[in-house]
Amino acid sequence: MMVAFQKGADGVYVVGCLEGECHFLTGNLRAKKKVEYAKKLLDEIGVGGERLAMYNIAASDGPRFAEVAREMHEKIKAQGPNPIKGATLNKKAA
Amino acid sequence: MIVAERKPIDEIIGFVKNCKKILLVGCNECVTVCYAGGKKEVGVLASALKMAFMKEGKELEVEEVTLERQCDHEYLEEIRNIIDQYEAVISLACGVGVQFLAEKYLTTPVFPGLNTSFMGVTEESGVWSERCQGCGQCILGQTAGICPISRCAKRLLNGPCGGSTDGKCEINKELDCAWQLIIDRLKELGRLEDYEKLIPIKDWSTERAGGPRKIVREDLKS
Repeated sequence: MMVAFQKGADGVYVVGCLEGECHFLTGNLRAKKKVEYAKKLLDEIGVGGERLAMYNIAASDGPRFAEVAREMHEKIKAQGPNPIKGATLNKKAA
Repeated sequence: MIVAERKPIDEIIGFVKNCKKILLVGCNECVTVCYAGGKKEVGVLASALKMAFMKEGKELEVEEVTLERQCDHEYLEEIRNIIDQYEAVISLACGVGVQFLAEKYLTTPVFPGLNTSFMGVTEESGVWSERCQGCGQCILGQTAGICPISRCAKRLLNGPCGGSTDGKCEINKELDCAWQLIIDRLKELGRLEDYEKLIPIKDWSTERAGGPRKIVREDLKS
């Protein structure tokens, strides 16, 4: 997750199975907590934790997957580009 | 194990704010087990530091290495050939590792990435609590395996104080009274008569009161 942002991603979302239906029993619940931790860290360094999200979607639910992708796209568009990219571009321009 | 937690990211950034190239050194022992300074945490911190610098329009090169231990010469020697290439080192070991690394490499500034908290146990995943203060004179044999030095806020040696209520400590209602635990355990073991035996005044010179401590084993010395 962190490396994706470091490489310039404007937003990242992690998709797990529906809660209670994970093949690895609690893997998706643990992933949710790790996402929360990473969000806090992203807030601390000023990248913005709201750029990261976790969704739970059933493997067979294609329409919901597409819906979430659109939702996340809109969310990130509203926030603008990853501030890291902005700073790097400004430096290059200068 | 020694339990630690990461320092606030701003504090760590402050240590290296004028650097361009740093070495981030993790430790494979205690701090890996408590998810504070192992290989994974080194990777996450490296990413966070790089991003924090990039956001300011700066660049920080971070080399990641995780040693088996930072409290032994042989493992610290593994970075001897590379350490001079860096302006600073951030160690994600406990305070012991940070100091040993700094003692060994005198020309490179070494900064701590963790706050070392205590010697303790993993109560459950993500929860650690203190069990030992290294007083140098273990009395667990008399206290049913429960340490009043590390678990009683007042470090009392002979029974609970007046602040013990319903088995909880007066400093925090969530905290078990160590002496209540000792008494309950002695009862279960059928050794309640041990509670009547007074523990003599403790010689605190074996604890921190005697200054930094050292153990020498002549049979093992080279």
